[in-house]
Amino acid sequence: MKKPYRRRDLLGIRDLSPAEIVGILDTAETFTEISSREVKKVPALRGKTIINLFFEASTRTRTSFELAAKRLSADAVNISVSSSSLSKGETLLDTALNLDAMAPDCIVVRHSSAGVPHQLAKVSQAAIVNAGDGSNEHPTQALLDAMTIREHKKHIDGLEVAIVGDILHSRVARSNIHLLTKLGANVRIAGPGTLVPGDLASFVSDGLTVCPHVEDALHGADVVMILRIQRERQDSAYFPTLREYSIHYGLTNDRLDLARKDAIVLHPGPMNRGIEIASDVADGSRSLILDQVKYGVAVRMAVLYLASGSPTGN
Amino acid sequence: MKLLIANGHLIDPAAPENTGTSVLVEAGKVVAWIKPGEAVPADCEVFDASGLLVAPGFIDMHVHLREPGQEHKETIASGCAAAVAGGWTSVCPMPNTQPVNDNAAITRYMIEQAERAAVANVFPIGAITKSSDGSELAEMGEMKAAGAVAVSDDGRPVPNAGIMRRAMQYARDFDLPVIDHCEDKSLSSGGVMHEGKISLLLGLKGMPALAEEIDAVRDILLAKETGAHIHIAHVSTRGAIEAVRRAKNEGINVTCEVTPHHFTLTDRAVECGHSCPHERRFDANPSVASGNFVGGTDDADKSVRTPSAYDTNTKMAPPLRSEEHLEAIIEGIRDGTIDAIATDHAPHHADEKALEYDRAPFGIIGLETAIGLALTELVHKGVISLERLVEMCATNPARIFRIEGRGTLTPGSHADVTLIDPALTWTYTNAESRSRSRNTPFDGWQFNGGVVASIVGGRIVYQRMEEK
Ligand SMILES: [Zn+2]
Repeated sequence: MKKPYRRRDLLGIRDLSPAEIVGILDTAETFTEISSREVKKVPALRGKTIINLFFEASTRTRTSFELAAKRLSADAVNISVSSSSLSKGETLLDTALNLDAMAPDCIVVRHSSAGVPHQLAKVSQAAIVNAGDGSNEHPTQALLDAMTIREHKKHIDGLEVAIVGDILHSRVARSNIHLLTKLGANVRIAGPGTLVPGDLASFVSDGLTVCPHVEDALHGADVVMILRIQRERQDSAYFPTLREYSIHYGLTNDRLDLARKDAIVLHPGPMNRGIEIASDVADGSRSLILDQVKYGVAVRMAVLYLASGSPTGN
Repeated sequence: MKLLIANGHLIDPAAPENTGTSVLVEAGKVVAWIKPGEAVPADCEVFDASGLLVAPGFIDMHVHLREPGQEHKETIASGCAAAVAGGWTSVCPMPNTQPVNDNAAITRYMIEQAERAAVANVFPIGAITKSSDGSELAEMGEMKAAGAVAVSDDGRPVPNAGIMRRAMQYARDFDLPVIDHCEDKSLSSGGVMHEGKISLLLGLKGMPALAEEIDAVRDILLAKETGAHIHIAHVSTRGAIEAVRRAKNEGINVTCEVTPHHFTLTDRAVECGHSCPHERRFDANPSVASGNFVGGTDDADKSVRTPSAYDTNTKMAPPLRSEEHLEAIIEGIRDGTIDAIATDHAPHHADEKALEYDRAPFGIIGLETAIGLALTELVHKGVISLERLVEMCATNPARIFRIEGRGTLTPGSHADVTLIDPALTWTYTNAESRSRSRNTPFDGWQFNGGVVASIVGGRIVYQRMEEK
């Protein structure tokens, strides 16, 4: 079998070609079946060591990566590094070199600073998988979103995708904008002017529209992707109150009616119910939020397999 | 003991073309210019400067020497050693030492350290406000009497316009230039690079050009009203340069400097690294793969694997700007709006720069690469002449800071000389640096033209070894 993805690391979606993205998604599809088996385990990564290095808490993503590793029979180790140990003077470089000395095959890293996976990849022998770096990228989230869309719409090119919320700080939005436009979707962005940067128009060469109002983005959309509002942003005066946000930007059933009848709703979780998304939308028939979680494991299995597995017959 | 700097091409904007003129030096001063064919005194040591440019010693208006307080990064002695190796015979250290140079005792201490241990002249810059905290004026008169040549709170620019106004009114009485690091922190705080397309692509918080421009315009208006001389440090944006150009046309007492990194690199260096000098500018395709690793886990080529994004040696304040701003800087250098080149040499320990991009400190070293960059990027590319380079690195700094008897080699002035081989091809490597710190994006860069010797007070304090 020839590998569809020949990079060692997965640092972001931005650098990937459409073929590489499709390759990962196809690989993930072959892994979905494993999770529905009686014995949810294959020996694909037996003997491989994967470190989940989380500088920022995230039960959901960490568990997803851990399950993915275990279903492929890899040895997975979770390390949570509090920012306090770093402030004791240990540099990122120290951490990388120490972990490298234990010879892991792959390090899955989540960090609140943009670029940390890139910095680690410069010095580490292990394959580096980005599990979210600051406001930069969250490639496996975009891949699982794409997989969810593909499973339900059977294709991605030509779809109208609305992404609503805090674009400025959202790594999910960044990775999704790259991925969806690379695969030929039209992405419409909407949110408060303070959270939709002016340079966004030049972000990708094609397929991106910044809409003045949420309603414009939703109108006729095939996919509605709602971003999580980080409550701490309130302190920085990006918008006046959560109340006002929910009134003007929250996804309600009324607003969702502007989208196509067969539109699907995605949210990366965890949700602020009643703020960026109304509960009846989140739990409604068009919501695929739990499918996203399910496909998350398959996508991460594919990424770990491609990053840390040895090529067949070599 | 006499020294004859013989047969060089003397460049001194105070005098016309002087090819082949020799400079006679005695007791730390320039004694005479000896034209080709004129008699040469018998009893002197001869420095053969054939094929070299002989320029008044360069004065770096903006450095950070870290002493007192952070000697693990740099000392006055190590900083001055790096300075003369880079062709700077005088340096002006900013006051952000620990404690801050906000009084005559510290100013005097710096000068004494320089006299004791250093090879270059040190002309300290005092603080505008006590501890540079922006509230009470520092004792500018006392610092000036102790040897300070200007005042600045540099990286902690005075936020309060009322206090800045008073600082200018007061500094004017002592004929002290007020150096302005233009940054409105209410706009830039939390930012780690230039705000624009690349910061958006990288997910890093940006510092808008507007933060520099608003402050520049504010302080130019204050200078107009108070009559003080403001000198804008490391100008980096189109709007700020335009504001200076307008102000100069209006006759306002304003000058400004630019750093070599701002006229050489753009914010793309944060995305793509900075190790490919021939592709780094005006390159149409901004999307360079940052994780272009082939080969799965089999023997992947490590060099192919190395992504260069997020190198903290591209993090400085003001940040590397976009191409639009770089073009405005080049234009400002070309048309004379920008008066001087200064390094903003800012040493940091390697461990501090090895942090996450948003946690690493701002600043890079620059003393040893500045003239190589200026010759390569400005002179060899036809932006400015060698005469104008000398003006920007020597004549104008001396004039702006009112440093008597320097910035010129006319007889009677101090015998500080920078000797340049414009045809020298050389490579800077961190391993050879005299600085205690190594934080530079220019490690391994090749330059066209460089400094071959520096003379301070008639003494040869640096001479480039032949590369064999
Ligand atoms: Zn500064």
